[in-house]
Amino acid sequence: MISLQHLHKTFSGASGAVRALDDVSIEVAERQIFGVVGQSGAGKSTLIRTVNLLERPDSGTVAVDGRDLLGLDAQGLRAARHDIGMVFQQFNLLQGRTARGNVELALEIAGVDRVERRRRAGEILDLVGLSSRADSYPAQLSGGQKQRVGIARALASNPKVLLSDEATSALDPETMRSILELIRTIRDELGLTVLLITHEMDVIKRICDSAALLESGRIVEQGRLADVITTPGSRLAADLFPLHDLPPDVSGTVVDITFSGGSADRPVIAQLARTHGFDVSILGAAIETIAGKQAGRTRLEIPGSGTAVDAAIADLRSQDLLVEVIHTPSRAAS
Amino acid sequence: MIDYSAPDFWPILIQNVLQGLVQTLYMTGVALLVTIVIGLPLGILLVGTERRSFLERIGGSRGLSATINRILNFVVNLGRSVPFIILMIALIPFTRLVIGTFIGTTAAIVPLSVVAIPFFARMVEIAVREIDPGLIEAADSLGATRWQLVSKVLVPETAGALLLGLSTTVTSIINFSAMVGVVGGGGLGQVAYSYGYQRYSTAYIVVVIIVIFVIVMVVQILAGWAARRLAHRIPSTKSRTPLVAPPT
Ligand SMILES: Nc1ncnc2c1ncn2[C@@H]1O[C@H](COP(=O)(O)OP(=O)(O)O)[C@@H](O)[C@H]1O
Ligand SMILES: [Mg+2]
Repeated sequence: MISLQHLHKTFSGASGAVRALDDVSIEVAERQIFGVVGQSGAGKSTLIRTVNLLERPDSGTVAVDGRDLLGLDAQGLRAARHDIGMVFQQFNLLQGRTARGNVELALEIAGVDRVERRRRAGEILDLVGLSSRADSYPAQLSGGQKQRVGIARALASNPKVLLSDEATSALDPETMRSILELIRTIRDELGLTVLLITHEMDVIKRICDSAALLESGRIVEQGRLADVITTPGSRLAADLFPLHDLPPDVSGTVVDITFSGGSADRPVIAQLARTHGFDVSILGAAIETIAGKQAGRTRLEIPGSGTAVDAAIADLRSQDLLVEVIHTPSRAAS
Repeated sequence: MIDYSAPDFWPILIQNVLQGLVQTLYMTGVALLVTIVIGLPLGILLVGTERRSFLERIGGSRGLSATINRILNFVVNLGRSVPFIILMIALIPFTRLVIGTFIGTTAAIVPLSVVAIPFFARMVEIAVREIDPGLIEAADSLGATRWQLVSKVLVPETAGALLLGLSTTVTSIINFSAMVGVVGGGGLGQVAYSYGYQRYSTAYIVVVIIVIFVIVMVVQILAGWAARRLAHRIPSTKSRTPLVAPPT
């Protein structure tokens, strides 16, 4: 549904040139929620703004719903933008219009007549749960309510794609969750394709099917979350399971075991103790609901090293668990 | 000297002042309309044709916008720097072309508009420059034409600031309209000049000052009231605290 290929974008600022996008390619399938995560300044906003050409890439291709946007003239681009809704971190609502008026703005721009505008605005405000506040001005609404208006405005002209530029970053955690829930509901009910950017792993964890990690304008990693968490060495997976750093005094072999799907309730620790006779200690654990499924990662310390430990690890791997060795005691210590 | 005790002194004064008032209101009103019609788009263009602004590619080319920007800035600066008396004289051929004559109240509307347009355009420029770029981005993301952006977003969202700019503009037009009186343009300025100055009547001066003061006060109070009414819905973008407490 959204296909970005080999995007490059360089800004020439006062302090020299900034490579905001460096050969970025992303494919977002229909009805998917795709999240791009990265630190501030990584190029996330620049990336999402190329999808509706608020930002023109220096090179590369942008296609939405099979349409090459860079090949369109001004009028064609405006029409294409009616099919691409966008929500913003700071909501960007007109202060002089009510919630309904803000939604109707999108319809006025799309050339919808007055009667239909009124009907459609009511319908969409209902969908986002704001019917009772339709006549309130943004100044009279809470952050979460303002973002609901923003979402309603973005959806008013029946787009196929929703872009979200840190839509929940200005909200408190509880409101963030309710807005994310809303985005998922909308995807399910309207069959939307969603591309969102965020600096919070929590957002990815909660609603995304797929994710990409953006760093200094480059995609470091991308894939379906279900696959990412079982990919050895995945940085996204490491961020998804917040485990503490290793304590300085570990003496044994440290392994991270990732459980997902069917393996989630495997009695691994008991097995290590019983079958292999190891006295394991748990250094950390995180259980998360990722892409709607339970998944967890446990960090264990197995005393010693050598063939016995290797055999135990091989045994675990044979059971379809992802086992990553984080630390092996040096020869001198053992 | 004027004879204050003459039985018809006050009725004549009132009649003269009233006539001057009507002429002033006429000159100011028409000049104001012309100023809005030309100054508003001018101010919007001044901001819009800048680099990375919302009209940076008029006709698809950045060069055209840059050229328009340079020309408009030059014209506005020129208009603002020439003293009004000199402007009036310099405009005589133009005024004659437009109105048919360069003498009289109607003819005075031309220099009044010409002096007020760049003044108001700068006010508009300041107001539009203050707008949250996020709003322009939102309109663009919805596929707005430039006209839709201006008419549905820029002007309504800056209405409060535009109104205050307009009230300052009115005050300055009234100011200049008094000067027009000195060269035969009529209005309260001419009343004060020919009776108060040439015939040393303090009463005329005082009455004219009071009348002008009242007009300016009324304009500013009205504009302030209207701007405050708008501000009930438009909290300043600086402070995010709502002026109206959210109902609980
Ligand atoms: N219009 C611009 N002009 C110059 N530099 C820009 C512009 N927009 C973004 N940048 C720079 O590009 C980089 C990426 O910015 P951005 O995409 O906003 O990052 P993010 O959204 O991940 O925080 C930053 O270094 C930023 O300073
Ligand atoms: Mg950003």
